Amino acid sequence: MIELDNVAYSYGNDSLFSDVTLHLAPGSFHFLTGPSGSGKSTLLKLCYMELMPTDGIMSVFGKDVTTMARDDVARTRRRIGVVHQECQFLDHMPLAENLALPLTVSGRDEGAHVDNLDELMGWVGLSRRAEALPPQLSGGERQRAALARAVIMDPEVLIADEPTGNVDWEMSLRLLQLMVELNRMGKTIVIATHDLNLIRAAKSQVSVRVLRIAGGKLRLAGAEL
Amino acid sequence: MSWNVVSMLSGESGADRVVPPTGFTARLTMFTAAAMAFLAVFALALSLATDRLATRWSDALARTATVRISAPPEQVARQLEAALTVLRTTPGVAEARALEDDARRALLEPWFGPDLPLDDLQIPELIEVIETEEGFDAVGLRARLAGEAPGAVLDDHTRWRAPLVRAAERLRALGLISLGLISAATAAMITLATQAALAANSQVIQALRLIGALDSYIARAFVRRFTLRALTGALAGTLAGVAAVALLPRADSAGGFLTGLGFSGTGWVLPLIIPPAAALVAFAATRFAAFRQLRETP
Ligand SMILES: Nc1ncnc2c1ncn2[C@@H]1O[C@H](COP(=O)(O)OP(=O)(O)O)[C@@H](O)[C@H]1O
Ligand SMILES: [Mg+2]
Repeated sequence: MIELDNVAYSYGNDSLFSDVTLHLAPGSFHFLTGPSGSGKSTLLKLCYMELMPTDGIMSVFGKDVTTMARDDVARTRRRIGVVHQECQFLDHMPLAENLALPLTVSGRDEGAHVDNLDELMGWVGLSRRAEALPPQLSGGERQRAALARAVIMDPEVLIADEPTGNVDWEMSLRLLQLMVELNRMGKTIVIATHDLNLIRAAKSQVSVRVLRIAGGKLRLAGAEL
Repeated sequence: MSWNVVSMLSGESGADRVVPPTGFTARLTMFTAAAMAFLAVFALALSLATDRLATRWSDALARTATVRISAPPEQVARQLEAALTVLRTTPGVAEARALEDDARRALLEPWFGPDLPLDDLQIPELIEVIETEEGFDAVGLRARLAGEAPGAVLDDHTRWRAPLVRAAERLRALGLISLGLISAATAAMITLATQAALAANSQVIQALRLIGALDSYIARAFVRRFTLRALTGALAGTLAGVAAVALLPRADSAGGFLTGLGFSGTGWVLPLIIPPAAALVAFAATRFAAFRQLRETP
Protein backbone atom coordinates (compact mmCIF):
# COMPACT_ATOMS: atom_id res chain seq x y z
CA MET A 1 0.00 0.00 0.00
CA ILE A 2 2.71 2.43 1.04
CA GLU A 3 6.26 1.56 0.05
CA LEU A 4 9.46 3.39 0.88
CA ASP A 5 12.75 2.28 -0.64
CA ASN A 6 15.98 3.82 0.65
CA VAL A 7 14.13 6.97 1.46
CA ALA A 8 15.91 9.90 3.09
CA TYR A 9 14.56 13.10 4.53
CA SER A 10 16.26 16.28 5.68
CA TYR A 11 14.90 19.62 6.84
CA GLY A 12 17.37 21.95 5.17
CA ASN A 13 20.87 20.50 5.14
CA ASP A 14 20.81 18.26 8.22
CA SER A 15 19.82 14.74 7.30
CA LEU A 16 17.13 13.44 9.69
CA PHE A 17 17.13 9.86 8.44
CA SER A 18 18.30 7.95 5.41
CA ASP A 19 18.07 4.51 3.79
CA VAL A 20 14.64 3.94 5.26
CA THR A 21 12.98 0.96 3.61
CA LEU A 22 9.45 0.16 4.69
CA HIS A 23 6.70 -1.78 2.97
CA LEU A 24 3.28 -1.48 4.55
CA ALA A 25 1.40 -4.55 3.37
CA PRO A 26 -2.42 -4.53 3.29
CA GLY A 27 -3.84 -5.52 6.65
CA SER A 28 -0.57 -5.09 8.51
CA PHE A 29 -0.31 -3.42 11.93
CA HIS A 30 2.85 -1.41 12.60
CA PHE A 31 4.05 0.49 15.61
CA LEU A 32 6.72 3.15 15.17
CA THR A 33 8.78 4.02 18.23
CA GLY A 34 11.89 5.99 18.91
CA PRO A 35 13.17 8.85 21.03
CA SER A 36 11.58 12.24 20.81
CA GLY A 37 12.95 14.14 17.82
CA SER A 38 14.10 10.98 16.02
CA GLY A 39 11.74 11.60 13.09
CA LYS A 40 8.61 9.56 13.79
CA SER A 41 6.24 12.36 12.84
CA THR A 42 8.34 13.20 9.81
CA LEU A 43 8.22 9.62 8.58
CA LEU A 44 4.45 9.54 8.96
CA LYS A 45 4.15 12.88 7.13
CA LEU A 46 6.00 11.28 4.24
CA CYS A 47 3.45 8.45 4.26
CA TYR A 48 0.51 10.78 3.68
CA MET A 49 2.50 13.07 1.41
CA GLU A 50 2.56 16.16 3.54
CA LEU A 51 6.31 15.98 2.93
CA MET A 52 8.17 14.56 -0.07
CA PRO A 53 11.27 12.39 0.36
CA THR A 54 14.54 14.16 -0.34
CA ASP A 55 15.98 10.93 -1.69
CA GLY A 56 14.90 7.41 -2.53
CA ILE A 57 11.74 6.00 -4.07
CA MET A 58 8.34 6.09 -2.52
CA SER A 59 4.94 5.00 -3.77
CA VAL A 60 1.45 5.16 -2.31
CA PHE A 61 -1.18 2.74 -3.65
CA GLY A 62 1.25 1.91 -6.42
CA LYS A 63 1.80 5.49 -7.56
CA ASP A 64 5.15 7.20 -7.39
CA VAL A 65 4.65 10.18 -5.08
CA THR A 66 7.05 12.46 -6.92
CA THR A 67 5.00 12.37 -10.11
CA MET A 68 1.55 12.59 -8.54
CA ALA A 69 -0.59 15.59 -9.52
CA ARG A 70 -2.03 17.73 -6.72
CA ASP A 71 -5.57 16.48 -7.24
CA ASP A 72 -4.26 12.93 -7.24
CA VAL A 73 -2.59 13.57 -3.91
CA ALA A 74 -5.88 14.89 -2.51
CA ARG A 75 -7.86 11.89 -3.76
CA THR A 76 -5.23 9.48 -2.46
CA ARG A 77 -5.43 11.10 0.98
CA ARG A 78 -9.12 10.23 1.11
CA ARG A 79 -8.04 6.59 1.28
CA ILE A 80 -5.73 7.32 4.23
CA GLY A 81 -7.06 8.34 7.63
CA VAL A 82 -4.65 10.52 9.58
CA VAL A 83 -4.43 11.46 13.25
CA HIS A 84 -1.97 14.33 13.47
CA GLN A 85 0.14 14.99 16.47
CA GLU A 86 -1.15 18.55 16.53
CA CYS A 87 -4.79 17.88 15.70
CA GLN A 88 -6.02 20.34 13.12
CA PHE A 89 -9.68 21.26 13.24
CA LEU A 90 -11.70 24.12 11.83
CA ASP A 91 -12.25 26.17 14.96
CA HIS A 92 -15.40 27.89 13.69
CA MET A 93 -17.31 24.66 13.09
CA PRO A 94 -18.97 22.47 15.72
CA LEU A 95 -17.28 19.16 16.44
CA ALA A 96 -19.85 17.03 14.60
CA GLU A 97 -19.31 19.02 11.39
CA ASN A 98 -15.57 18.80 11.83
CA LEU A 99 -15.76 15.04 12.08
CA ALA A 100 -17.92 14.88 8.96
CA LEU A 101 -15.61 17.24 7.07
CA PRO A 102 -13.75 14.53 5.10
CA LEU A 103 -17.16 13.41 3.81
CA THR A 104 -18.16 17.00 3.04
CA VAL A 105 -15.08 17.86 1.02
CA SER A 106 -15.27 14.66 -0.98
CA GLY A 107 -18.98 15.15 -1.69
CA ARG A 108 -20.09 12.05 0.26
CA ASP A 109 -21.89 13.74 3.12
CA GLU A 110 -25.18 11.90 2.94
CA GLY A 111 -26.89 8.68 3.90
CA ALA A 112 -25.03 5.77 5.42
CA HIS A 113 -21.80 7.66 5.95
CA VAL A 114 -23.46 10.15 8.25
CA ASP A 115 -25.08 7.38 10.29
CA ASN A 116 -21.55 6.24 11.11
CA LEU A 117 -20.94 9.63 12.67
CA ASP A 118 -23.17 9.13 15.71
CA GLU A 119 -21.86 5.64 16.32
CA LEU A 120 -18.30 6.83 15.99
CA MET A 121 -18.82 9.75 18.36
CA GLY A 122 -20.30 7.33 20.87
CA TRP A 123 -17.29 5.06 20.55
CA VAL A 124 -14.79 7.82 21.29
CA GLY A 125 -17.05 9.17 24.07
CA LEU A 126 -17.90 12.49 22.44
CA SER A 127 -21.66 12.11 21.87
CA ARG A 128 -22.48 14.93 24.21
CA ARG A 129 -19.85 17.25 22.69
CA ALA A 130 -21.29 17.27 19.17
CA GLU A 131 -22.10 20.98 19.25
CA ALA A 132 -18.91 22.09 20.99
CA LEU A 133 -16.35 24.11 19.06
CA PRO A 134 -12.87 22.53 18.88
CA PRO A 135 -11.20 25.19 21.06
CA GLN A 136 -13.62 24.28 23.85
CA LEU A 137 -12.37 20.67 23.93
CA SER A 138 -9.65 19.28 26.16
CA GLY A 139 -6.47 17.82 24.67
CA GLY A 140 -7.74 14.29 25.19
CA GLU A 141 -11.10 15.07 23.64
CA ARG A 142 -9.38 16.56 20.62
CA GLN A 143 -7.28 13.44 20.19
CA ARG A 144 -10.33 11.21 20.32
CA ALA A 145 -12.06 13.51 17.86
CA ALA A 146 -9.06 13.35 15.55
CA LEU A 147 -9.22 9.54 15.57
CA ALA A 148 -12.93 9.63 14.81
CA ARG A 149 -12.35 12.03 11.90
CA ALA A 150 -9.52 9.84 10.60
CA VAL A 151 -11.76 6.78 10.31
CA ILE A 152 -15.01 8.42 9.17
CA MET A 153 -14.14 7.84 5.51
CA ASP A 154 -13.60 4.15 6.13
CA PRO A 155 -9.99 4.48 4.93
CA GLU A 156 -7.82 1.62 3.77
CA VAL A 157 -4.89 2.89 5.81
CA LEU A 158 -4.92 4.56 9.22
CA ILE A 159 -1.90 6.60 10.23
CA ALA A 160 -1.91 7.86 13.82
CA ASP A 161 0.79 10.04 15.37
CA GLU A 162 0.77 9.58 19.17
CA PRO A 163 -3.01 9.07 19.22
CA THR A 164 -3.04 8.30 22.94
CA GLY A 165 -0.58 10.93 24.14
CA ASN A 166 -3.14 12.94 26.07
CA VAL A 167 -5.68 10.40 27.25
CA ASP A 168 -5.84 8.19 30.32
CA TRP A 169 -5.04 4.50 30.19
CA GLU A 170 -8.67 3.44 30.04
CA MET A 171 -9.35 5.66 27.04
CA SER A 172 -6.07 4.58 25.44
CA LEU A 173 -7.25 0.99 25.52
CA ARG A 174 -10.61 2.04 24.10
CA LEU A 175 -8.96 3.85 21.20
CA LEU A 176 -6.61 0.92 20.66
CA GLN A 177 -9.65 -1.34 20.59
CA LEU A 178 -11.08 0.72 17.75
CA MET A 179 -7.86 0.40 15.78
CA VAL A 180 -7.61 -3.32 16.46
CA GLU A 181 -11.18 -3.78 15.22
CA LEU A 182 -10.33 -1.83 12.07
CA ASN A 183 -7.25 -4.00 11.56
CA ARG A 184 -9.35 -7.12 11.89
CA MET A 185 -11.56 -5.70 9.15
CA GLY A 186 -8.46 -5.63 6.96
CA LYS A 187 -7.31 -2.05 7.39
CA THR A 188 -3.62 -1.21 7.44
CA ILE A 189 -2.60 0.53 10.66
CA VAL A 190 0.52 2.56 11.54
CA ILE A 191 0.81 4.08 14.99
CA ALA A 192 3.68 6.22 16.23
CA THR A 193 3.93 6.03 20.01
CA HIS A 194 6.41 5.74 22.81
CA ASP A 195 3.88 4.09 25.09
CA LEU A 196 5.27 0.56 25.41
CA ASN A 197 2.25 -0.58 27.41
CA LEU A 198 0.03 0.28 24.48
CA ILE A 199 2.21 -1.83 22.19
CA ARG A 200 2.06 -4.75 24.60
CA ALA A 201 -1.71 -4.43 24.83
CA ALA A 202 -1.94 -4.54 21.04
CA LYS A 203 0.42 -7.51 20.80
CA SER A 204 -1.89 -9.55 22.97
CA GLN A 205 -4.71 -9.13 20.43
CA VAL A 206 -3.26 -8.94 16.92
CA SER A 207 0.03 -9.59 15.25
CA VAL A 208 2.03 -6.38 15.10
CA ARG A 209 5.45 -5.32 13.85
CA VAL A 210 7.33 -2.84 15.96
CA LEU A 211 9.80 -0.52 14.24
CA ARG A 212 12.23 1.74 15.94
CA ILE A 213 13.75 4.85 14.46
CA ALA A 214 16.88 6.21 16.09
CA GLY A 215 20.10 7.79 14.94
CA GLY A 216 18.74 8.35 11.46
CA LYS A 217 17.99 4.66 10.79
CA LEU A 218 14.83 2.57 10.91
CA ARG A 219 15.08 -0.95 12.35
CA LEU A 220 12.88 -3.71 13.63
CA ALA A 221 12.65 -3.33 17.40
CA GLY A 222 14.49 -5.86 19.49
CA ALA A 223 13.22 -8.44 21.89
CA GLU A 224 12.76 -5.99 24.76
CA LEU A 225 9.07 -5.86 23.85
CA MET B 1 -10.60 22.64 -14.73
CA SER B 2 -14.27 22.58 -15.63
CA TRP B 3 -15.93 25.03 -13.33
CA ASN B 4 -16.85 28.49 -14.44
CA VAL B 5 -18.66 31.55 -13.17
CA VAL B 6 -22.10 30.01 -13.55
CA SER B 7 -21.39 26.74 -11.80
CA MET B 8 -19.65 28.68 -9.09
CA LEU B 9 -22.59 30.97 -8.42
CA SER B 10 -25.15 28.20 -8.60
CA GLY B 11 -23.06 25.63 -6.72
CA GLU B 12 -23.99 24.38 -3.29
CA SER B 13 -22.96 26.62 -0.44
CA GLY B 14 -21.38 23.89 1.71
CA ALA B 15 -17.94 24.83 0.47
CA ASP B 16 -18.42 28.38 1.72
CA ARG B 17 -18.82 27.33 5.29
CA VAL B 18 -15.46 25.59 5.57
CA VAL B 19 -13.90 29.05 5.48
CA PRO B 20 -14.47 31.04 8.65
CA PRO B 21 -16.05 34.50 8.36
CA THR B 22 -13.28 36.79 7.21
CA GLY B 23 -14.00 40.05 9.05
CA PHE B 24 -12.22 43.06 7.66
CA THR B 25 -11.30 41.58 4.27
CA ALA B 26 -15.02 41.17 3.63
CA ARG B 27 -15.75 44.79 4.39
CA LEU B 28 -12.67 45.91 2.46
CA THR B 29 -13.80 44.06 -0.65
CA MET B 30 -17.33 45.36 -0.41
CA PHE B 31 -16.19 48.95 0.15
CA THR B 32 -13.61 48.81 -2.67
CA ALA B 33 -16.14 47.42 -5.10
CA ALA B 34 -18.69 50.06 -4.13
CA ALA B 35 -16.24 52.97 -4.37
CA MET B 36 -14.79 51.77 -7.66
CA ALA B 37 -18.23 51.20 -9.16
CA PHE B 38 -19.22 54.73 -8.12
CA LEU B 39 -16.15 56.14 -9.91
CA ALA B 40 -16.73 53.90 -12.89
CA VAL B 41 -20.19 55.39 -13.37
CA PHE B 42 -18.62 58.85 -13.70
CA ALA B 43 -15.86 57.65 -16.01
CA LEU B 44 -18.52 56.00 -18.15
CA ALA B 45 -20.67 59.15 -18.13
CA LEU B 46 -17.63 61.22 -19.09
CA SER B 47 -16.78 58.93 -22.00
CA LEU B 48 -20.33 58.93 -23.30
CA ALA B 49 -20.79 62.69 -22.88
CA THR B 50 -17.54 63.60 -24.61
CA ASP B 51 -18.39 61.20 -27.37
CA ARG B 52 -21.69 63.00 -27.90
CA LEU B 53 -19.98 66.38 -27.57
CA ALA B 54 -17.38 65.56 -30.20
CA THR B 55 -20.09 64.42 -32.60
CA ARG B 56 -22.24 67.46 -31.94
CA TRP B 57 -19.42 69.93 -32.35
CA SER B 58 -18.15 68.46 -35.53
CA ASP B 59 -21.69 68.22 -36.94
CA ALA B 60 -22.84 71.69 -35.96
CA LEU B 61 -19.63 73.45 -36.88
CA ALA B 62 -18.99 71.66 -40.09
CA ARG B 63 -22.07 72.94 -41.83
CA THR B 64 -21.55 76.70 -41.40
CA ALA B 65 -18.86 79.25 -42.10
CA THR B 66 -18.53 82.99 -41.74
CA VAL B 67 -17.09 85.71 -43.98
CA ARG B 68 -15.99 88.87 -42.24
CA ILE B 69 -15.46 92.12 -44.11
CA SER B 70 -12.66 94.24 -42.64
CA ALA B 71 -12.25 97.24 -44.89
CA PRO B 72 -12.14 101.03 -44.67
CA PRO B 73 -15.69 102.28 -43.98
CA GLU B 74 -16.21 103.70 -47.44
CA GLN B 75 -15.42 100.37 -49.12
CA VAL B 76 -17.38 98.07 -46.78
CA ALA B 77 -20.67 98.20 -48.65
CA ARG B 78 -19.08 97.55 -52.07
CA GLN B 79 -16.92 94.67 -50.81
CA LEU B 80 -19.91 93.15 -49.00
CA GLU B 81 -21.83 93.08 -52.27
CA ALA B 82 -18.84 91.64 -54.16
CA ALA B 83 -18.28 88.92 -51.54
CA LEU B 84 -21.98 87.97 -51.59
CA THR B 85 -21.83 87.67 -55.37
CA VAL B 86 -18.77 85.45 -55.20
CA LEU B 87 -20.36 83.26 -52.55
CA ARG B 88 -23.63 82.82 -54.38
CA THR B 89 -21.76 81.56 -57.44
CA THR B 90 -19.56 79.17 -55.48
CA PRO B 91 -20.44 75.48 -55.73
CA GLY B 92 -21.10 73.95 -52.30
CA VAL B 93 -22.58 77.10 -50.82
CA ALA B 94 -26.27 76.60 -50.09
CA GLU B 95 -26.96 80.04 -48.74
CA ALA B 96 -25.03 83.25 -48.05
CA ARG B 97 -26.66 86.05 -46.15
CA ALA B 98 -25.38 89.28 -44.61
CA LEU B 99 -26.19 89.49 -40.93
CA GLU B 100 -28.54 92.34 -39.93
CA ASP B 101 -27.55 94.66 -37.11
CA ASP B 102 -29.90 92.81 -34.77
CA ALA B 103 -28.29 89.49 -35.55
CA ARG B 104 -24.81 90.88 -35.05
CA ARG B 105 -25.86 92.49 -31.78
CA ALA B 106 -27.30 89.15 -30.64
CA LEU B 107 -23.98 87.47 -31.41
CA LEU B 108 -22.06 89.93 -29.29
CA GLU B 109 -24.58 90.33 -26.52
CA PRO B 110 -23.24 87.51 -24.32
CA TRP B 111 -19.90 89.33 -24.17
CA PHE B 112 -20.85 93.01 -24.14
CA GLY B 113 -24.42 93.26 -22.88
CA PRO B 114 -27.64 94.24 -24.68
CA ASP B 115 -27.18 98.00 -25.30
CA LEU B 116 -24.27 97.75 -27.68
CA PRO B 117 -23.94 100.88 -29.90
CA LEU B 118 -22.92 99.01 -33.05
CA ASP B 119 -22.46 102.17 -35.11
CA ASP B 120 -19.83 103.62 -32.79
CA LEU B 121 -17.98 100.34 -32.51
CA GLN B 122 -17.07 99.61 -36.08
CA ILE B 123 -18.13 96.02 -35.87
CA PRO B 124 -17.24 94.30 -39.11
CA GLU B 125 -19.95 93.18 -41.47
CA LEU B 126 -20.56 89.44 -41.29
CA ILE B 127 -21.91 87.02 -43.87
CA GLU B 128 -23.26 83.70 -42.67
CA VAL B 129 -22.50 80.91 -45.14
CA ILE B 130 -24.41 77.63 -45.02
CA GLU B 131 -22.81 74.75 -46.86
CA THR B 132 -24.43 71.98 -48.83
CA GLU B 133 -23.83 68.31 -47.97
CA GLU B 134 -20.68 68.28 -50.08
CA GLY B 135 -19.26 71.51 -48.71
CA PHE B 136 -17.14 74.04 -50.61
CA ASP B 137 -13.47 74.20 -51.45
CA ALA B 138 -12.13 76.67 -48.87
CA VAL B 139 -8.81 77.28 -50.67
CA GLY B 140 -10.46 78.11 -54.00
CA LEU B 141 -13.03 80.32 -52.31
CA ARG B 142 -10.34 82.25 -50.45
CA ALA B 143 -8.50 82.90 -53.69
CA ARG B 144 -11.61 84.21 -55.41
CA LEU B 145 -12.57 86.38 -52.44
CA ALA B 146 -9.07 87.87 -52.36
CA GLY B 147 -9.55 88.98 -55.97
CA GLU B 148 -13.07 90.39 -55.68
CA ALA B 149 -13.17 91.65 -52.07
CA PRO B 150 -9.71 92.01 -50.53
CA GLY B 151 -11.17 92.81 -47.08
CA ALA B 152 -13.17 89.57 -46.91
CA VAL B 153 -11.86 86.93 -44.53
CA LEU B 154 -13.30 83.44 -44.75
CA ASP B 155 -13.60 81.68 -41.44
CA ASP B 156 -14.66 78.11 -42.13
CA HIS B 157 -14.40 77.03 -38.46
CA THR B 158 -12.10 74.14 -39.21
CA ARG B 159 -9.33 76.15 -37.65
CA TRP B 160 -10.97 76.12 -34.22
CA ARG B 161 -13.20 73.14 -34.70
CA ALA B 162 -10.26 70.74 -34.94
CA PRO B 163 -8.79 71.43 -31.48
CA LEU B 164 -12.25 71.30 -29.90
CA VAL B 165 -13.00 67.95 -31.41
CA ARG B 166 -9.51 66.78 -30.51
CA ALA B 167 -10.08 67.90 -26.91
CA ALA B 168 -13.37 66.04 -26.79
CA GLU B 169 -11.72 62.92 -28.15
CA ARG B 170 -8.90 63.26 -25.64
CA LEU B 171 -11.46 63.50 -22.85
CA ARG B 172 -13.22 60.42 -24.10
CA ALA B 173 -9.91 58.55 -24.17
CA LEU B 174 -9.25 59.72 -20.60
CA GLY B 175 -12.65 58.37 -19.60
CA LEU B 176 -11.83 55.00 -21.10
CA ILE B 177 -8.37 54.96 -19.50
CA SER B 178 -10.05 55.77 -16.17
CA LEU B 179 -12.35 52.78 -16.61
CA GLY B 180 -9.31 50.59 -17.29
CA LEU B 181 -7.47 51.96 -14.26
CA ILE B 182 -10.51 51.50 -12.05
CA SER B 183 -10.77 47.86 -13.15
CA ALA B 184 -7.07 47.29 -12.52
CA ALA B 185 -7.21 48.98 -9.11
CA THR B 186 -10.25 46.91 -8.17
CA ALA B 187 -8.48 43.73 -9.21
CA ALA B 188 -5.39 44.72 -7.22
CA MET B 189 -7.35 45.60 -4.07
CA ILE B 190 -9.43 42.45 -4.20
CA THR B 191 -6.32 40.35 -4.82
CA LEU B 192 -4.75 41.90 -1.71
CA ALA B 193 -7.91 41.32 0.32
CA THR B 194 -8.05 37.70 -0.84
CA GLN B 195 -4.40 37.17 -0.05
CA ALA B 196 -4.96 38.56 3.43
CA ALA B 197 -7.93 36.24 3.89
CA LEU B 198 -5.98 33.27 2.56
CA ALA B 199 -2.99 34.02 4.76
CA ALA B 200 -5.22 34.40 7.81
CA ASN B 201 -6.73 31.02 6.98
CA SER B 202 -3.59 29.09 6.10
CA GLN B 203 -4.30 26.65 8.94
CA VAL B 204 -7.78 25.99 7.60
CA ILE B 205 -6.45 25.50 4.09
CA GLN B 206 -3.76 23.14 5.37
CA ALA B 207 -6.31 21.12 7.35
CA LEU B 208 -8.63 20.88 4.35
CA ARG B 209 -5.81 19.78 2.07
CA LEU B 210 -4.78 17.03 4.48
CA ILE B 211 -8.25 15.52 4.63
CA GLY B 212 -8.38 15.30 0.85
CA ALA B 213 -10.04 18.53 -0.33
CA LEU B 214 -9.24 19.38 -3.93
CA ASP B 215 -7.69 22.76 -4.70
CA SER B 216 -10.77 23.69 -6.69
CA TYR B 217 -12.99 22.97 -3.69
CA ILE B 218 -10.96 25.18 -1.38
CA ALA B 219 -10.57 27.93 -3.97
CA ARG B 220 -14.30 27.88 -4.66
CA ALA B 221 -15.07 28.66 -1.03
CA PHE B 222 -13.02 31.85 -1.25
CA VAL B 223 -13.87 32.79 -4.83
CA ARG B 224 -17.61 32.49 -4.26
CA ARG B 225 -17.49 34.67 -1.21
CA PHE B 226 -15.37 37.42 -2.70
CA THR B 227 -17.24 37.44 -5.98
CA LEU B 228 -20.60 37.81 -4.27
CA ARG B 229 -19.22 40.56 -2.06
CA ALA B 230 -17.79 42.45 -5.03
CA LEU B 231 -21.10 42.07 -6.83
CA THR B 232 -23.04 43.42 -3.86
CA GLY B 233 -20.64 46.31 -3.31
CA ALA B 234 -20.53 47.24 -6.99
CA LEU B 235 -24.32 47.15 -7.19
CA ALA B 236 -24.59 49.64 -4.34
CA GLY B 237 -21.82 51.84 -5.79
CA THR B 238 -23.38 51.82 -9.24
CA LEU B 239 -26.80 52.78 -7.93
CA ALA B 240 -25.28 55.62 -5.93
CA GLY B 241 -23.26 56.77 -8.95
CA VAL B 242 -26.24 56.70 -11.28
CA ALA B 243 -28.32 58.60 -8.75
CA ALA B 244 -25.57 61.20 -8.44
CA VAL B 245 -25.39 61.63 -12.23
CA ALA B 246 -29.17 61.85 -12.47
CA LEU B 247 -29.16 64.60 -9.84
CA LEU B 248 -26.56 66.73 -11.69
CA PRO B 249 -27.93 70.17 -12.70
CA ARG B 250 -29.44 69.94 -16.18
CA ALA B 251 -27.57 71.11 -19.24
CA ASP B 252 -29.43 74.39 -19.77
CA SER B 253 -28.95 75.59 -16.21
CA ALA B 254 -25.33 74.55 -15.87
CA GLY B 255 -24.21 75.39 -19.40
CA GLY B 256 -20.65 75.42 -20.61
CA PHE B 257 -18.55 72.31 -20.45
CA LEU B 258 -20.89 70.42 -18.14
CA THR B 259 -23.49 70.47 -20.90
CA GLY B 260 -24.64 66.92 -21.27
CA LEU B 261 -22.47 65.14 -18.65
CA GLY B 262 -24.76 62.24 -17.95
CA PHE B 263 -26.57 59.47 -19.72
CA SER B 264 -29.26 59.80 -22.32
CA GLY B 265 -31.80 57.31 -23.57
CA THR B 266 -30.42 53.79 -23.69
CA GLY B 267 -27.18 55.11 -22.17
CA TRP B 268 -28.82 54.68 -18.77
CA VAL B 269 -28.61 50.92 -19.25
CA LEU B 270 -24.83 50.93 -19.70
CA PRO B 271 -23.92 51.33 -15.99
CA LEU B 272 -25.69 48.02 -15.42
CA ILE B 273 -22.59 46.41 -16.91
CA ILE B 274 -20.50 47.63 -13.98
CA PRO B 275 -21.66 45.21 -11.21
CA PRO B 276 -21.22 42.04 -13.30
CA ALA B 277 -17.91 43.41 -14.59
CA ALA B 278 -16.76 43.99 -10.99
CA ALA B 279 -17.88 40.47 -10.09
CA LEU B 280 -15.90 39.10 -13.02
CA VAL B 281 -12.81 41.05 -11.99
CA ALA B 282 -13.19 39.77 -8.41
CA PHE B 283 -13.73 36.23 -9.66
CA ALA B 284 -10.54 36.28 -11.71
CA ALA B 285 -8.47 38.05 -9.05
CA THR B 286 -9.60 35.75 -6.23
CA ARG B 287 -9.12 32.63 -8.27
CA PHE B 288 -5.63 33.71 -9.22
CA ALA B 289 -4.71 34.52 -5.62
CA ALA B 290 -6.29 31.34 -4.25
CA PHE B 291 -4.53 28.98 -6.62
CA ARG B 292 -1.24 30.73 -6.08
CA GLN B 293 -1.55 30.31 -2.31
CA LEU B 294 -2.70 26.71 -2.69
CA ARG B 295 0.34 25.77 -4.72
CA GLU B 296 2.39 26.56 -1.63
CA THR B 297 0.32 24.21 0.55
CA PRO B 298 1.53 20.57 0.48
N1 LIG C 1 9.22 21.87 9.87
C1 LIG C 1 10.42 21.56 10.41
N2 LIG C 1 11.51 22.29 10.06
C2 LIG C 1 12.71 22.00 10.57
N3 LIG C 1 12.94 21.01 11.42
C3 LIG C 1 11.92 20.23 11.81
C4 LIG C 1 10.60 20.48 11.32
N4 LIG C 1 9.77 19.55 11.87
C5 LIG C 1 10.54 18.78 12.66
N5 LIG C 1 11.83 19.17 12.63
C6 LIG C 1 12.93 18.57 13.35
O1 LIG C 1 13.08 17.24 12.89
C7 LIG C 1 13.34 16.38 13.97
C8 LIG C 1 12.33 15.27 14.01
O2 LIG C 1 11.05 15.78 14.29
P1 LIG C 1 9.80 14.83 14.39
O3 LIG C 1 9.65 14.09 13.12
O4 LIG C 1 8.63 15.63 14.84
O5 LIG C 1 10.27 13.83 15.53
P2 LIG C 1 9.39 12.93 16.52
O6 LIG C 1 7.99 12.92 16.00
O7 LIG C 1 10.05 11.62 16.48
O8 LIG C 1 9.50 13.56 17.85
C9 LIG C 1 13.32 17.21 15.23
O9 LIG C 1 14.65 17.51 15.59
C10 LIG C 1 12.62 18.46 14.83
O10 LIG C 1 13.15 19.56 15.53
MG1 LIG D 1 6.23 13.52 16.77
